[in-house]
Amino acid sequence: MTEIPENIRSKRIVREQYFFRGNAACPGCPIPKELDLMLEIMGKKTVLVVPASCSTVIMGDIHGSPSTVPVIHSAFAAAPAIASGVSRQIKLKGEDAKVVVWAGDGATGDIGFAGLSGAAERNEDMIYICYDNEAFMNTGIQRSSLTPYGAWTTTTPAGKREFKKPLPFIMMQHKIPYVATASIAYPFDYQGKVRKAKEIQGFRYLHLLSPCPPGWRFDSSLTIEIARLAVETGIWPLFEVLNGKFSLTGISKTLLEKRKPIEEYLKLQGRFSKLDKKEIEIMQEAVDSMWEDIRKMTN
Amino acid sequence: MISVTRNTVAMEGNHAVAYAVKQTKPQVLSVFPITPQTTMLEKLAEYIERGELKAELIKVEGEHSALAAVYGAAISGSRVFTATSSQGLLYMGEMIYWVGGERVPIVSAVATRAIAEPWSIWDDHQDFFTKRDSSWIMMMAENVQDAYDMTIQAFKISEDKKVLLPVMVGFDGFILTHTMERLEILDDEDVERFVPPREFNLVDFSDPINVGPLAQPDDYMKFKRDAMIAMRQSEEVIERTAHEYANLSGRDQDGMIECFNCNDAEYVFLTAGAWSGDAKEAVRRMRKEGKKVGLIKLRVIRPFPEKVREVVRGVSKIVVFDREYSFGFGGILAGELKSKLYGSGIEIMSVIAGLGGKDVRPTHFQKVMNDVISGEKFQERWLND
Repeated sequence: MTEIPENIRSKRIVREQYFFRGNAACPGCPIPKELDLMLEIMGKKTVLVVPASCSTVIMGDIHGSPSTVPVIHSAFAAAPAIASGVSRQIKLKGEDAKVVVWAGDGATGDIGFAGLSGAAERNEDMIYICYDNEAFMNTGIQRSSLTPYGAWTTTTPAGKREFKKPLPFIMMQHKIPYVATASIAYPFDYQGKVRKAKEIQGFRYLHLLSPCPPGWRFDSSLTIEIARLAVETGIWPLFEVLNGKFSLTGISKTLLEKRKPIEEYLKLQGRFSKLDKKEIEIMQEAVDSMWEDIRKMTN
Repeated sequence: MISVTRNTVAMEGNHAVAYAVKQTKPQVLSVFPITPQTTMLEKLAEYIERGELKAELIKVEGEHSALAAVYGAAISGSRVFTATSSQGLLYMGEMIYWVGGERVPIVSAVATRAIAEPWSIWDDHQDFFTKRDSSWIMMMAENVQDAYDMTIQAFKISEDKKVLLPVMVGFDGFILTHTMERLEILDDEDVERFVPPREFNLVDFSDPINVGPLAQPDDYMKFKRDAMIAMRQSEEVIERTAHEYANLSGRDQDGMIECFNCNDAEYVFLTAGAWSGDAKEAVRRMRKEGKKVGLIKLRVIRPFPEKVREVVRGVSKIVVFDREYSFGFGGILAGELKSKLYGSGIEIMSVIAGLGGKDVRPTHFQKVMNDVISGEKFQERWLND
């Protein structure tokens, strides 16, 4: 057996693990990695509040958890309020700890929207992260208000007829200190935003696009590829809004003029396989129109 | 608050509960306004604004979030309080069960009120009784003094290590919330000694756990069985707490139930809530007429008092007044009493009255009991007129 030379061994990056392997996520699911990357920045003094979602299952049962930080499980609509209570108590104790809500798109955009908006309006001191897999995936791929136009789900068998609820923009309108989008394909951009959010007081909102292999109907080896294409085609712009100032981040800064056609993103996913040319055009127009709005915001 | 002597004041029910809450020093509160609870929320906000109560008041967008917020704070170590009524209690419903299932010490006041439709802002007990199997201890006050006393005791019961269950204190909407009564209050120091600061925290960074994760069937059943045992043990704790409170306040204080003239009674009313006072008045009047009438007042409806069985020996007929109704089952308390006294041979009759705030007076109690004494038998009677 070849011995590893000392000079190479010392250069191996030994990184503490925050979210263990051997959890109950599906193959190819980005959620465990997204949690791990986030917790690496947030540190061990973080309380996670997790409403009903895939993550409820991923967190294990009462006999064991893959998480190295405390987790409070929450009813679907209760997470922002539970986190408010935890956050106030941390403040009272003067403890140097943070509260992070880790919620899916259904909990965020649909059933829990009133609670989310309420906590944002009160500017509660917490980070709210929506990991968006664009449907109710834990119950088996039913449409949510964040499912994109044209996508097949079990409750939109002919493809969804409504557009995705523009949550990051809606949260922007709450005038909270920090709003950002992120993608698992760009981990440094994502971690940078978590780091920024960590340093800010008040309500911070991060929206993370999380491709779902069974729900989006793609091979589990393609998760990162699809997450990257979502950004490159412009359907998922990376940006942040710091104290009201909007700016594109990472590769999205270069996409104002020219983006890949969204067809490249759509064609890898079974959920869009029945779209005809006209529907793809409608989607392309919607993306282009969003970028016109973004152009106005960046000026 | 009008002070008569140092410890005797006149206060309306909502303010009495708010005052009790102030004295027990919760650190986090979250209450959403709803009639007829609102003046309690306003009073609490005033206490906090004036610095008399050092607490965080989370002004949420609805009752579901109100209970969720105090749940989050309670898990991470706060003593907490919330309050609601009627539609608000229903809107809280999901979290009521969540909190009960997790067995986190929380105290909530419930100004009881009818449930829509049709809209009614007035009192009955239908809202309160919908939550009877949610793993909460449920107490019911007879008057403003009771509402004050029970609120203080509720914190102690809830946080007792043999219990660790949330406690709801019900008190009749408007009848108690908005009526000013004579109230004996305790000194702040006495309350602090009675309910010392709380030690409870499930959020520990050195030993992180999952609070409320998935339970497999075997574990789920064990959780429920543990809650059943805690409920059973709570009866003793409630009795003990009432006894300690009696020593502290110098006033008689009953635990699970109060017996009023029921030692030698042949005919007994069974009630819970504010109209127990009217029933007592009916008993007084009928006793003057030489009729052997008594009253059992339930101070606690969950757990349903085991003690009832002991105190009904020698009673031949019990008339239960219910201010709520279960379709195809009848008055809920009447049904529960029948179940508790199964095989005892005691005749139990059910009266449904006072729904949606319909007025009930001592004369109503007298009329029904006189009919029973003169031999009338009925399974269920609705007092409509």
